[in-house]
Amino acid sequence: MTNIATPPKRPEIYVTLEDTGFGVVEKPLSVWERLSSNAVLRKTILLVVLALIWELYARWLNNSLLVPTFGATVAALWDGLVSGRIIYAAFTSIKVLLQGYAVGLFFAALLTAFASATRVGADLLETLTSMFNPLPSIALLPLAMIWFGFGDGSTIFVLLHAVLWAVALNTHAGFRGVSTTWRMVGRNYGLSGIRYVWKILIPGAFPSILTGLKIGWAFAWRTLIAAELVFGASSGGGGLGWFIFENKNSLNIASVFAGLLTVILFGLFVENVIFRTVEQRTVQRWGMQT
Amino acid sequence: MTVSTDPLLRVDGVTLQYRTDAHLVTATYRVSFDVYSSDRFVLLGPSGCGKSTLLKAVGGFIQPVEGTIQLNGRKVQKPGPDRILVFQEFDQLLPWLTVLENVVFALTASGRMSAKEAREKAMHYIDKVNLSKFADSYPHTLSGGMKQRVAIARGMAMEPEILLMDEPFAALDALTRVKMQEELLRLWEETRFTLLFVTHSIPEAVKVGNRILLLSAHPGRVRAEMDSDGTDPVGSDGKTLSERIEGMLFAERPTKDQSDND
Repeated sequence: MTNIATPPKRPEIYVTLEDTGFGVVEKPLSVWERLSSNAVLRKTILLVVLALIWELYARWLNNSLLVPTFGATVAALWDGLVSGRIIYAAFTSIKVLLQGYAVGLFFAALLTAFASATRVGADLLETLTSMFNPLPSIALLPLAMIWFGFGDGSTIFVLLHAVLWAVALNTHAGFRGVSTTWRMVGRNYGLSGIRYVWKILIPGAFPSILTGLKIGWAFAWRTLIAAELVFGASSGGGGLGWFIFENKNSLNIASVFAGLLTVILFGLFVENVIFRTVEQRTVQRWGMQT
Repeated sequence: MTVSTDPLLRVDGVTLQYRTDAHLVTATYRVSFDVYSSDRFVLLGPSGCGKSTLLKAVGGFIQPVEGTIQLNGRKVQKPGPDRILVFQEFDQLLPWLTVLENVVFALTASGRMSAKEAREKAMHYIDKVNLSKFADSYPHTLSGGMKQRVAIARGMAMEPEILLMDEPFAALDALTRVKMQEELLRLWEETRFTLLFVTHSIPEAVKVGNRILLLSAHPGRVRAEMDSDGTDPVGSDGKTLSERIEGMLFAERPTKDQSDND
């Protein structure tokens, strides 16, 4: 006997929808639920706890030459700010940093333009990047001092090296990743040459370019402080690295910590406020974040 | 007037080839057709018939290896704003510009008008596709259908000689697709632009086109050129237009399969 399965016959169902009796449709969260989802608040609490541990450990150790207390460090920072020494040091560092960053961006733009226009350029960029990217910028400092002498010139050269490869590599990769559709749209509307680059390629590659700028900035900032530590003494320049070095020599350890704290705070400010804002206004707003 | 009797677009004996990593592929072989002003000319065929390549050639992105493409008697040599392409891909809108800016960009990039004029014209066409409320939204916040409507508005705002559409509704869901087809026809009723429309869907071709060019595959050759009034009428042979097209498309298959087996 053949056994053919048939689904059972069921009545059809029609429902008239009524807009009541759902229970919760939308309900505000409690204060606690909202506070605990605030990342800034959570991280602030974490920082407070860490500062407390530091303070307690330093007091227990009771050796201000090894680890000054958190309180002493904050006091030294305050002194440095009020007397203007830290502000002057930070200002000196930032001035050199911006010069080096600008020079780095300029050469990165040249190199990327060359790489985008010709195949030789692309090969050159890839070869140079794979050679020089693994080389820590600070390792070039001795050479830079011979070439450019003791002064901002050497630091700027080292910063150029720190910025150039990261920015050029990311920008080039970004340009190559610009979708064919956008390229065709640009050409369809009659864009060519520099206007095509400015209106299609740069915005299209912006997520990558921004990544390059961030990495370049981070490299540059670390390199700068290290360079100042190494030859701040000889150049007599007064950057933050030099501030740290000088205070260590006079065994003013709380000020060393204050200097380090300033380096951290400025780094945090640039990465989490400036770049974050740029990101929110551009790639996030455009839905292009990678 | 004599102008209206000359074709707007004349594609004459066009052979197109493109190179992949391993092969030189002939996309179309000696394809000829004429598009007249206010035509809704549909290029229909299975995948591999070179219809999209043909459209890009009309757009000026690919040069034919044989034959000529002429717009208003002038040879098409490079892309230009007199032939605007609307793509299938949703990412044809520039994500860093709002809906309004996307349309304004098109009008100012081609150097046609000042920013102020462009804004007015852009709003006019955005209004035509019922997206005024979203003029200041960024594309990533829009649905697929809305993005395609913006792309159509952008193309129409340019008031090109001919609007080239490359399967613009293929990536949409079925309900949205039908709505978009109707909207496109409504827009055509209003402004009577000239349309060259690529699709692989027979119902879409019958609905959208007033003239259908049927292409065969590998390489693309002209199989038929038919009129359509959008209603899929029953012809003298007792078959509807769709059935006849389907017949021609599938009639090729067995012979081709046999030759493959030989």
